[in-house]
Amino acid sequence: MAQPVQAAVEGRKQAEKHLPYWVEPAFTIVALGGFVIYAIWEVLAHNNGTYHNYVSPFFSPGVAGWFGIHVLTALYVVWVPFIFRFSCYYYRKEYFRGFFFHPAGCAVSEPASHKNKRYTGERRFPFNLNNLHRYAWYLAVIVLIFLWKDTVQAFIFKNGFGVGLGSIILLINAVLLTGYTFSCHAFRNMIGGRKDCFSCANGKPSTGYKWWRRVSVWNQFHGAWAWASLFSVWAADLYIRLLISGVFSDPRLF
Amino acid sequence: MSEEIVLSIYRGDADGGQEVEYSVPLTPGMVVLDAVHQVQAHQAQDLAVRWNCKAAHCGSCSAEINGRPKLLCKTRLDDYVGQTVHILPMQTFPIIKDLVSDVSWNYEVAKKIPAFKPATAVPFRMQQFDVDRVQEFHHCIECFLCQDVCHVLRDHDAKDEYFGPRFMVKIAEYEMHPREGGDRIPLLAHEAGLNMCNVTKCCTEVCPQHIRITDNAIIPLKERVADQYWDPLRALFRRKKESPTNQSV
Repeated sequence: MAQPVQAAVEGRKQAEKHLPYWVEPAFTIVALGGFVIYAIWEVLAHNNGTYHNYVSPFFSPGVAGWFGIHVLTALYVVWVPFIFRFSCYYYRKEYFRGFFFHPAGCAVSEPASHKNKRYTGERRFPFNLNNLHRYAWYLAVIVLIFLWKDTVQAFIFKNGFGVGLGSIILLINAVLLTGYTFSCHAFRNMIGGRKDCFSCANGKPSTGYKWWRRVSVWNQFHGAWAWASLFSVWAADLYIRLLISGVFSDPRLF
Repeated sequence: MSEEIVLSIYRGDADGGQEVEYSVPLTPGMVVLDAVHQVQAHQAQDLAVRWNCKAAHCGSCSAEINGRPKLLCKTRLDDYVGQTVHILPMQTFPIIKDLVSDVSWNYEVAKKIPAFKPATAVPFRMQQFDVDRVQEFHHCIECFLCQDVCHVLRDHDAKDEYFGPRFMVKIAEYEMHPREGGDRIPLLAHEAGLNMCNVTKCCTEVCPQHIRITDNAIIPLKERVADQYWDPLRALFRRKKESPTNQSV
């Protein structure tokens, strides 16, 4: 007798295989921890992030320059993306699992040291400030506008329009950061999620509903946007840093 | 001769117990509950297991299979060929006997949630797109696997401080209903302990109904609590809006 259910078993077994629980927190520790260390080095060791028409995302907008400050110039900008990512609902999952083991994995016992400490979740400082994520989002949108300005500028060379490898990297970075910013859970709530009734005005789907639906689709991939944009910021800054250091010159595509 | 699979089933009660190994023949399409029934029929007639529909609809047969909260009836044994299958009762709740745990705390919590309170007289007409969102929450079968995996309840035993993901879904179902007239935001901010949740998403990972508990229920509720209790700009606008009638914010 035919056994159609069995035909797919081999493939399904592969799909069912889970990685060990520690893989995800280990990745978070390495990737997020590595980025934070890199960011601290970038902020403390450099005061310039501009190479011709390219501006590093760590140094844009040039807030320090507006006030005539020439030291630790990145510091006046990086706090915005830092609080935006720190209070992000996706990153909360990652750092609570990776750095705090609250918990490290699903149904994985927390370390014995947690038993002696009262768990308060996001009720106490500093984690209760995560409730203000929307304000971090407002600031992140302002920074994003400047990053798009920098992206346009990255295509304008001394002799007019052109495309360099740096232009492409900054464009990809701006696109990924836009995806990350506008797939945000707080934005999803703001744009329409806080409404209970989407048709109560005239019986038809409201504009808020249409936007909420769209943002809900992007929101499903918020974690992917979060990682991709983190790596793109890293890559864009490192690329410009290497150009400034003279390690190589920017290849012009045309 | 058919392949055999070894089950290591927890046998015991509130006073303690241990895992006992049973070997059962593996047949095509067999789920873990089938194997447990085999053991119950042929090797251990006193084995206690709670089950009902055997179709992943009643939420009765929740347990932990190789350390992962799952429904016994929805977990295929051929995923575990070559391994011993460890079957334990849910760890978050007190054990009654063998695989049966006492989930009555959940029903006590359910009583604390104010029931649906229509803002307009029934019957009312609603657009399908208005109720799509809450219909996702209706898929909940109350298996309590999300409660079992929630580290706030499981590791910290904070049952007096947090209602748990199942009841965040329940509250979201009422709060987001287009004709709901009640307000459960103060309940969420205080007694229900919404901010005990640190959004690690394990509840979503184990939900057999694939409800996006964290993204679609808990986080939107956290945003609503932030609207009411944390956002100074919204509080300002609310005060301005309400001042003609002298209502408090």
